[in-house]
Amino acid sequence: MAIHSDEGGMTLVVKTVTRLTVGLIFLYGVYIVLNGHLSPGGGFAGGVIIALSFMNLVLAFGGKKAVEIVKKNAVTAMESIGAILFLGIALLGFTEGGFFRSFLSQGETFKLISGGTIPLSNIAICIKVGAGLFGIFLTLMVLMGSERKEK
Amino acid sequence: MIHAWLPYVLCALLFSVGVYAVLSKKNLIKIIMGIIIAEYAVNLFLILLCWRKDGEAPILHPGAVGQVMVDPLPQALVLTSIVIGLATTAFLVAIAMRLHDRYGTYDITRIRELRG
Amino acid sequence: MMTAANIPLLVAVPLAGAFLCALLARKSHPIADTLGTLTVAVVLALSIVAVFSPAASHAVGGWPAPMGILLVMDGLAAFMLVTVSVVAFLVMIYALSYMNAYTGRWQFHTLFLLMLAGMNGVVITGDLFNLFVFLEVASIASYALVAFGTGKHELEAAFKYAIMGSLGSLLLLLGIAFLYGYTGTLNMAHMARMLGELGQAPITVTALVLLLSGFALKAAIVPFHSWLPDAHPSAPAPISAMLSGVLIKSLGVYTIARLVFNVFGITPELSNLLLVLGAISMGVGVILALRQWDMKRLLAYHSVSQVGYIILGLGLGTPLGILGGLFHLFNHSIFKSLLFLNSGALEQATGTRNLKEMGGLSKRMPTTSWTTLSASMSISGVPPFSGFWSKLIIVMACVEQGQWFYASWAILVSILTLASFLKVTKFAFLGRLRKRFEHVREVPVAMRFGMAVLALLCILGGLMLVPAAKEMLLDPAVRVLDHGVITLGEVVNL
Repeated sequence: MAIHSDEGGMTLVVKTVTRLTVGLIFLYGVYIVLNGHLSPGGGFAGGVIIALSFMNLVLAFGGKKAVEIVKKNAVTAMESIGAILFLGIALLGFTEGGFFRSFLSQGETFKLISGGTIPLSNIAICIKVGAGLFGIFLTLMVLMGSERKEK
Repeated sequence: MIHAWLPYVLCALLFSVGVYAVLSKKNLIKIIMGIIIAEYAVNLFLILLCWRKDGEAPILHPGAVGQVMVDPLPQALVLTSIVIGLATTAFLVAIAMRLHDRYGTYDITRIRELRG
Repeated sequence: MMTAANIPLLVAVPLAGAFLCALLARKSHPIADTLGTLTVAVVLALSIVAVFSPAASHAVGGWPAPMGILLVMDGLAAFMLVTVSVVAFLVMIYALSYMNAYTGRWQFHTLFLLMLAGMNGVVITGDLFNLFVFLEVASIASYALVAFGTGKHELEAAFKYAIMGSLGSLLLLLGIAFLYGYTGTLNMAHMARMLGELGQAPITVTALVLLLSGFALKAAIVPFHSWLPDAHPSAPAPISAMLSGVLIKSLGVYTIARLVFNVFGITPELSNLLLVLGAISMGVGVILALRQWDMKRLLAYHSVSQVGYIILGLGLGTPLGILGGLFHLFNHSIFKSLLFLNSGALEQATGTRNLKEMGGLSKRMPTTSWTTLSASMSISGVPPFSGFWSKLIIVMACVEQGQWFYASWAILVSILTLASFLKVTKFAFLGRLRKRFEHVREVPVAMRFGMAVLALLCILGGLMLVPAAKEMLLDPAVRVLDHGVITLGEVVNL
């Protein structure tokens, strides 16, 4: 099983199953991120799952088709945006009296909207980690593709 | 019989295997895998420090107040450590691929131009 | 005035600069350059303000210590911050012109600012695992910077450096895990108190050995030094200057000092250990440097040797010894980064690093010539340059303790250093100008400015011992280390 970016990806069975399930994997990742302050998981784990759903797309459909869905520049831009968002949340804490202080109310425990700025930080980390991991994958694929072309 | 110190023996074993791979293997990729194995051995050791007798998972849910819970701090440390391991692995693999581009081989005994 | 709430800015500002650079500066060089220089200038301003402010500590997020992370700005932290920022600023100005030879400017600035953020974080944190995280941030950024040119030698050196650095970090993490399991806390001041209460046990000795090994690998102390002669020459010259000038000290020497003095407390065995390690590093570094003809490799081996001086000074444990060690740390940052910048200028002008192929360049490159001369005189300990004063204090501290062997060893290594740098001066600058170098020109203004300011700091560095200046910068740092074990109540009372 090899990734040839000039061919069409994998077989028809894999493509059909991927079409059905990749959205569910993405949704699962989003669920883990949003419930990060109530149950295990949080930003990093959810971000990795979201990145995996994109990688699934690339592996099943081949490099060329996947590039139409998500461009490499968008991926690296999202990574920086995620990082700046996280730093922005930390710096906004200055309005509350210190670095990283929570500027939202704590809310009631065990509800989805609670825990101060933790859900926002989770979302920012999810964007950064997901985009970063997918960017690493695309870079290594490009490296391998260029290596193959030289031979 | 399962003794309480058996998981720590596993940690030591994994760490030795990882360091042995870094020291004595010639393929670049095997050296990288040695670092990964040693890294996960240290993460496992950190997690083993959390355990408290009769402890539950440290998740607060209604009705869980006043229970003995395992220590959640090393779990957060291990999360950070796994991320650091991911970044290091990605970097090493990219370098290894480029080294193969330049030198034509993955054998570390042939990649020895810097010496003295 | 640097209030306690502003301490995290020292890490937040370079991080913000790095992320903004990655987002906005991909297309054009000037934006990346401006962003980089501006950020480093702001960090320099914040560090200078920190020197003039009283000691403060800041609990991140409002969580009180020992549960939360405590950021501490005491005398030692302010001293290290000023050293790092001054060198970073001047190297950045030099790099504005030097990096024209490389593509991917935004990558350089992003990684440089990340490395700076990591180093600042290591220096101001009061929590052991937070120190590890920032140490890793700085280390990974430096692995990528060593591989920046992606040529054959750069990649090989970066791989070797990354593997050895990762192993060192693993040893560190093991040591931190042992200490956490034993004391139940990660805050350095609280841990100091718990170690005092719980007493010594085989587990603390193991943890200390592991931590010292990990930090010694970052500081390139013999026998953990073998990555340095490959990594530092292969990096681009401004990166070599940063690595050799501040990274090995901020990540290695500062952390050893903090650990040994403020957490564990210096004992005669630890003192002897540091003295022996320092002496071996001095000897091995200078002897291996004597046979080098590649200029940057020679400078890398001298880095190993001079870090040995710093460890020797710190290992003595007395206030005079600590003063000598810290002053030599500052001086070495200045003159070693200047020497690497000079070698970069020579390489850019002549296209070679081999001393045997150069000659007579003082006629065509006057600025490079006098700055290299001042740095060489400083590193060899020739009066009245700054290196002489710090080495003198170290030798005096050895004699004060009755350690005659170490004092004479320090003087002998200094003489060998002088021999090595006389070789550099003779082969690179004096003598006959070769035909193919008839048309070399002096390097551009930005590079000359960076080198000249560093050389002035070399010449005037001895003035830091004037009582007014000493009281401001060096004495608070010495007081922090000399205080011994610092527990939570006294974190900012120094």
